[in-house]
Amino acid sequence: MHLEYFQLVDRIVDLDLGERTITVEAQVPKQNTIFEGHFPGYPLMPGVLLIEAMAQSSGWLLIALTKFERMPFLASVKEAKMRSFVTPGDLLTINVRVVHEGSGYAVTEAKIRVSGELRSNATITFGVIPFPNPELRGHMEAMATRIGFPQQAVSHD
Amino acid sequence: MSSTFDQVATIIAETCDIPRDTITPESHAIDDLGIDSLDFLDIAFAIDKAFGIKLPLEKWTQEVNDGKATTEQYFVLKNLCARIDELVAAKSAGA
Repeated sequence: MHLEYFQLVDRIVDLDLGERTITVEAQVPKQNTIFEGHFPGYPLMPGVLLIEAMAQSSGWLLIALTKFERMPFLASVKEAKMRSFVTPGDLLTINVRVVHEGSGYAVTEAKIRVSGELRSNATITFGVIPFPNPELRGHMEAMATRIGFPQQAVSHD
Repeated sequence: MSSTFDQVATIIAETCDIPRDTITPESHAIDDLGIDSLDFLDIAFAIDKAFGIKLPLEKWTQEVNDGKATTEQYFVLKNLCARIDELVAAKSAGA
């Protein structure tokens, strides 16, 4: 998890295009300036970053389903729940499934667990549009390689 | 048609918090009801689910942007409902 670059997903653990699901892991750092302010003496992973982690996890699934032809952009978040605290050093397991693929948009349901315990969940809507420029697509492809995106899952589908 | 309109009007009323009795078949979703593109995504999601279809929003938007269609053709509710009925019929025919 590289909070400074807003890159929250560390690795893709499982991707199932048939079931339209993904599982990723994200390691919350033990130290970060964010925790100095949120909160002094009681460091917690901010809820907005948990939502962002679920959005990014959803994004990888949607990119996979569109075979790197389209980029999802966050449109709305519903039913986001912070069920219990996430703290520095926690390893997040994030499960996402696509609820609906519409024309130019998609809806996902995402869950964050720590050691099997549900900590947060949300229903998220994305606008899903063609990559606006080659640079962004290239950047996402490079990042996909870094986080273990299973390219064969896309090329063989 | 009337059944489709009733369902769509109810979806719009509940999704956008618009009084149901202000929604008529002649209402333009954008110009009359003030529904923006983000709210329309929620409406499209609800319509897709309710009718088991996939509203071709991208195609419609492209046609409007290209000047090949007017927003009235897709976003006046009686016309939207006619499109929904066509999509449902096409799905039934292909099933």
